[in-house]
Amino acid sequence: MTTTLIPVGAPSITSRPVYAPLEPRPASQHLIIADGEGAEAVVALFGKANDRSAMLAAAQVLYTPGPNGTDQSAALEALGVAQLFRAPTIPALLPRLARVLSAAHMGTQFYLAGTEGLIGQAEREVMNTGFPHASVQKEHRGSTVRRVQCVHCKGITENVATDPFKCSHCGLNLFVRDHYSRRMAAFQGVNIDAEDPGQVPESVVRFK
Amino acid sequence: MSGGAKLQVRVAEVVEVNELIKRFRFVARDGSELPAFSGGAHTVVEMDDQGTRRLNPYSLMSDPEDRSGYEISVRRDEAGRGGSLFMHRHVAPGMEMVLSNPVNLFALDNRAKKHLMIAGGIGITPFLAQIAQLTHFGGKFELHYSARSKPLGAYMDRLTAAHPDRVHCYFDELGQQIDLKRVLANQPIGTHLYVCGPKGMIAWVLSTAESLGWPKQALHSEEFLAPGTGLPFQVELAASGKTITVGPTQSLLEAMEASGVDAPYLCRGGACGQCETNVHKCDGTILHRDHWLTPEEQASNQKIMPCVSRFEGKTLVIDR
Repeated sequence: MTTTLIPVGAPSITSRPVYAPLEPRPASQHLIIADGEGAEAVVALFGKANDRSAMLAAAQVLYTPGPNGTDQSAALEALGVAQLFRAPTIPALLPRLARVLSAAHMGTQFYLAGTEGLIGQAEREVMNTGFPHASVQKEHRGSTVRRVQCVHCKGITENVATDPFKCSHCGLNLFVRDHYSRRMAAFQGVNIDAEDPGQVPESVVRFK
Repeated sequence: MSGGAKLQVRVAEVVEVNELIKRFRFVARDGSELPAFSGGAHTVVEMDDQGTRRLNPYSLMSDPEDRSGYEISVRRDEAGRGGSLFMHRHVAPGMEMVLSNPVNLFALDNRAKKHLMIAGGIGITPFLAQIAQLTHFGGKFELHYSARSKPLGAYMDRLTAAHPDRVHCYFDELGQQIDLKRVLANQPIGTHLYVCGPKGMIAWVLSTAESLGWPKQALHSEEFLAPGTGLPFQVELAASGKTITVGPTQSLLEAMEASGVDAPYLCRGGACGQCETNVHKCDGTILHRDHWLTPEEQASNQKIMPCVSRFEGKTLVIDR
């Protein structure tokens, strides 16, 4: 099963990330990063392990509540992983991830679960070590709000729900594209009324 | 013309490295600079062996920054088809030869934070160029190099002298072997692994790494296959309307070329995929010997790599 955020039949482009359910892989360490409803994917991951206690003993989970407030820390605490770290927000989680990565060795498997904002930013940290991004497992759960970079002022707006939306930095009206940058860990927002200023289509809630 | 534009070169130097290995240096006949290449690239050397045309791929081992010439090292294979013996016996300084442009199927992934290299025997050659390249750019590497004996450990002296803390040598005759699991377990995240050497060693290194959780995208290997000998067989070339016989020491690709068919190729060692050919009809068994087709494609008998693979049976018709 492959899940995408695009409605069935809607055209997309190749840079649009796709997400598959997490699967246990052989590893000396399992590094798991999740937010919000991603905790459910983590619980399901351990449910698939051949040797659950060995996997738990070699697992480290970094978790933060989702942008919609969902906090499933209790379910993760009940798992009994070797190390569980709960951060209040994604920006607070990322320095901890960088610290863990600085001491990690090859043989580590990476599992990311939750919102695209969390997945993208954690993937970027992992990718910056030189680890192949294609080998990082990702499963989308929960909110579909997007992290969008304004291609004009370069400012990033978190948790974008509507399309078009006003850039939180420069105030331009931005159309949210499926064009995704792994390096930015963000979707691209492009000015929608450049030719006819003020001619802005009605904003609709596309991401929840 | 298949194989791309050629480089017209002259042999500048032939050096006996040890009892099995000779090093050859080529320079452009017109004195110009040779095309740039990157560490891990190979060239296909054309040989005219008393009327038999031989084309063998060899890794470029010289510093990629040095465009005044290319260097290769050739291990003499007494039981081979004759390419290495021709290089050892007949190639002398001053001789004019033809090379292909460099092709790299074993490049460094420069996104890696560290490069772990594992070489066996003559498999050291691509690493010599890669290490020169990394030295210019300041990249991190660690080399584990095994040879049968000290005298057969080509270039070990220069490698250990230049990089005493990064080069580890092992000798089969002293019973030494790399502690592979330990070496693999100690690599920082973001390390890529490169292995070049005998088939058994490559398979052992790759399978051990995968079982320890190394991702496939961080594993790189190169092995050039000699086409391998076998029984003669007949092949029908559908596009050219010819039926040819492939001799016991000839490859299907060489037989096609000998009959005047311009078939595509690059590496001639079953690695690059350039010569992939559709099979129209196969009444018999294709002896797949390449690294290119997937096991499923090989089992389907709908494709063949003429540079290394052979056929046994009644009828083989290919789209060439």
